[in-house]
Amino acid sequence: MKDVYLITSGPHVHSTDSIPRVMYSVVLALLPAVAVSILFFGAAALMMYAISIITCIAAEAACQKIMKRPVTVTDGSVLITAILLAMNLPPSAPWWLVVVGSLTAVVLGKQVYGGLGYNPFNPVLVARVVLLISFPVQMTNWVSPAPLFSGIDMVSMATPLGEIKTELLTTGAIDLARYNYFDFTVGFMGGSLGEMSVIALLLGALFLLYRGYITWHIPVTYIGTVFVLTGIFWMYDPTSFANPVFHVLAGGLVLGAFFMATDMVTTPVSPRGMVIFGLGCGILTVVIRLFGGYPEGVAFSILLMNAATPIIDRYTVPRKFGYTRPDEAGGAS
Amino acid sequence: MMGARKKQKTYRFQGGVHPPEEKLTAALPTEAMPLPEKIYIPLSQHIGAPAVPVVKEGDRVLTGMVVAEAGGFVSTPVHASISGTVTGIVDYPHPVGRNMPAVVVESDGADKLDEKITPPPDINSLTGEEIREIIKNAGIVGLGGAAFPTHVKLSPPKDKPIDTLIINGAECEPYLTADHRLMLEHPEKVIGGARLLAKALGVTRVLTGVEKNKMDAVQALTGATGSDVAVVPFAVHYPQGAEKQLIKASVDRVVPAGGLPMDVGVVVQNVGTAAAVYDAVTDGMPLISRIVTVTGPGIRTPKNLRVRIGTPLSEVIASCGGLAPDVRKVILGGPMMGNAQFNLQVPVIKGTSGVLLLTESAAEVLQPGPCLRCGNCVRVCPMGLTPLMFARYTELGMFDEAAEFNVADCIECGCCAYECPAHIPLVQYAKYAKAEIQNRKRKAAG
Repeated sequence: MKDVYLITSGPHVHSTDSIPRVMYSVVLALLPAVAVSILFFGAAALMMYAISIITCIAAEAACQKIMKRPVTVTDGSVLITAILLAMNLPPSAPWWLVVVGSLTAVVLGKQVYGGLGYNPFNPVLVARVVLLISFPVQMTNWVSPAPLFSGIDMVSMATPLGEIKTELLTTGAIDLARYNYFDFTVGFMGGSLGEMSVIALLLGALFLLYRGYITWHIPVTYIGTVFVLTGIFWMYDPTSFANPVFHVLAGGLVLGAFFMATDMVTTPVSPRGMVIFGLGCGILTVVIRLFGGYPEGVAFSILLMNAATPIIDRYTVPRKFGYTRPDEAGGAS
Repeated sequence: MMGARKKQKTYRFQGGVHPPEEKLTAALPTEAMPLPEKIYIPLSQHIGAPAVPVVKEGDRVLTGMVVAEAGGFVSTPVHASISGTVTGIVDYPHPVGRNMPAVVVESDGADKLDEKITPPPDINSLTGEEIREIIKNAGIVGLGGAAFPTHVKLSPPKDKPIDTLIINGAECEPYLTADHRLMLEHPEKVIGGARLLAKALGVTRVLTGVEKNKMDAVQALTGATGSDVAVVPFAVHYPQGAEKQLIKASVDRVVPAGGLPMDVGVVVQNVGTAAAVYDAVTDGMPLISRIVTVTGPGIRTPKNLRVRIGTPLSEVIASCGGLAPDVRKVILGGPMMGNAQFNLQVPVIKGTSGVLLLTESAAEVLQPGPCLRCGNCVRVCPMGLTPLMFARYTELGMFDEAAEFNVADCIECGCCAYECPAHIPLVQYAKYAKAEIQNRKRKAAG
C-alpha cells in the first residue's frame, strides 16, 4: 500500500480542553487568595508556599520515578495540591510541618493510589487531618494577620470558631459582638493561611464557574446547608449557637466548599450526586462544629463524603435517554 | 396539517456540544466532477445483505443499468454510474476498512444513459406501494451516512403506525455542506421528495429540520414548500441531526432504548435521500451520484462535488487541486463520526457525505491521560450515559459491568471524547465494548 494515512476512531476533532488547562485554571483561581495571604503574613507565607511547592513536586517526581511511570509534575495538578496544602496550615507553621504535610499529601494521599485520577480522598485534606491528629499544638497555633509593611508583629490569636467553642464550654454562652464580618470577608481573621479572605476566594471561584471547571451544585448546597442548619440552631438558642452568617464566613467553609469539595477526582460526577455530596458535607460540618470536639469540621466532612462518593455515583446515574416509562414517551397518536 | 408559515415549536435534547463549524464550502456551488476513467462499485454500500452481481467481465453497461440486484429485503440493487465495460468483480478497498467485492467499470467516456430510464407516465397517480417499489429499484439508501435501505424504512410493520415524517437537513457535523448546498440549489427536489416519501408512508405531518446556521436553506425550502411540509429551524447544537435527538427536538418524543423511530410513529429521512427519491420517481433515475463535500486543511481547493458512486478518492482529490503536502488523515464523513481511511483507493459510496483531509497539525494524536472524573462526558452525552464508567470497565475487560452502564445505547456521536480533557478515546472504548458484548452474546447462543 503506497499511501498510508493515520487511522483512529472518531471524533477527529477535539475541544481545546486538556488536563494542564484544567489544572492551571485552578491554580490561577487560587492566586487571589494566595496574594491576600502573602499580603497579610508576608515572608512567612511566602516561605510556606515555597516549601510546599518544592516538596510536593519533588515527592511526586520521586514517586513516579520509583514506580517507573512518566513524570507528570508539569501538568499542574501537584501545584494545586501544594498551594492548597499551604493554605490549609496555620500561618505560624514551622518548615518541617509543611514538609511532612506535603509528603503526606503527595505520597499517601495521591501516589500510593496510582497518582492523578485514582485517589479516593482529597490529598490535601488527608494531609491536613494527619497533621491535625499528629501535631495538634503546631496545627492550632494561630496568629493574627500582620499586613505586609505594616510593622505589626504576629501575635497569638484564636480562630473565631475556636474562640466561640471555648467560650461556650467555659461560660455557657457566646458573644459575637466583638466580630466584624467585614474583617472576615477581606481576610482579617485568625485561621489557616488560605481561608482568610472570602472575597479573594470567591473571585477565584467565579472564574472557575465561568470556565465550567466547577459547577454550582456542590458549593451552593454545601454552604446553603450550613447556613440553613446553623440558622435553625441559632433561632432556637442564639446564646449558645452562632448565627448562620458567622458560620458561613468564619473558618474554612468557603475555601473548602469552592476549592476542595469540588475536586473532580474525589467527588460525584452527576449533578444529583453533587447535590447529595454538598448536603452531606454541610450536615457533617454543622454537626462537628456545633457538637464535635473540633471547632472546625470542613476537612473531616469532605473526607467522609469522599468516602461516600463511589456509592453516591452508583445511585445517581443520570436519567438515560429512552428509558422513560412507555406512557411518557409519547408515540403515535 | 401543519401550516408552513406557523412557527413550529422546537424542543431541547439533553447534552450535546458545539464544535467549531468550519463550513469552508458553504458558499461554493456544487460542481459536477469530471468522469473518472474507472469506477469501483462495491456490492455492499448499505446496511443489510450485499447486492448480487448480474454482470460479468467483458459486459457492456450503460449509465444507470443495474450491475447487481438486491440480495434480500434489507438490501438494494447497485447501478453502473458511468457507461463502459465491466473489467471484473474484484476485492477492492472499501470505506469499512477492508477489501470487499466491487464491480469495476472502465469508462467509454460517453456516459450513455440506459434508454430504459424514463419517467413514469403519470406521477400523481402513483400509489404509495408503487413509489416504494421505484425507490427500492433505484437503489436508494439513507444518504446521511448510515446508508439504511430507504424502502425498508418506508415499510413499517402493521403494528407500528407512522404519523410523522421528518426530513433531516440538520447537517450538524462540522465541515460538511453537501446537504446545505442541495437545499439551496434544489429545494424543489427536497420538498418534492418529502411529499413522495409522505405519500409512500401515508402520513400528512411532514417537517424538515435545518440548523439555524443555514437560514438561507430555510428560506429556500420555505419558498419551495406549500402548507404541507413545514420547515423548522433548529438550534445549532451537535448532534442535532442524530435521529433520536432530532425526533426529540422536533416532536418531543423519546425513542425507547433499543427501539427505532417507528416505535414512536416517526420516520426520519435525510434531505439528500428525499432529493434522490424525487429524481428516481420523476425521471426514473437510479442513485448513481451524490454530493460530496471535499474539505479540510489538507485539500488545496475545497469543493462541493457531485460525484459518481464508485469514484476512487484519489480522483476526487485530484479534481480539487490535490492534497496539501502534510496530509495525515483522510476521513469519510464529518470530523465527529467519520471513518478514517488508510489509502486513497477507497471509492465514494452512497453514504459518503464528505471527504475531510486533515494535515499533520489538525490530525494530532492526543495522548490519553488519567480520568479526572470531571463529568464533562456525562454532561454532554445526548443519550444520558456515563461514558467514564463504561470506558473504565471496558479498559479493565469487565464487559458485563460496561453493559450495565448501557454502553449498548451509545450512538457514537463523539461528544464525550470531544470534551474529555484527559483525551480518553471514549468512543473507541464504546465501539470495542459493543462489539465484544455482541460476540459474547453470539457465543452464548451457541
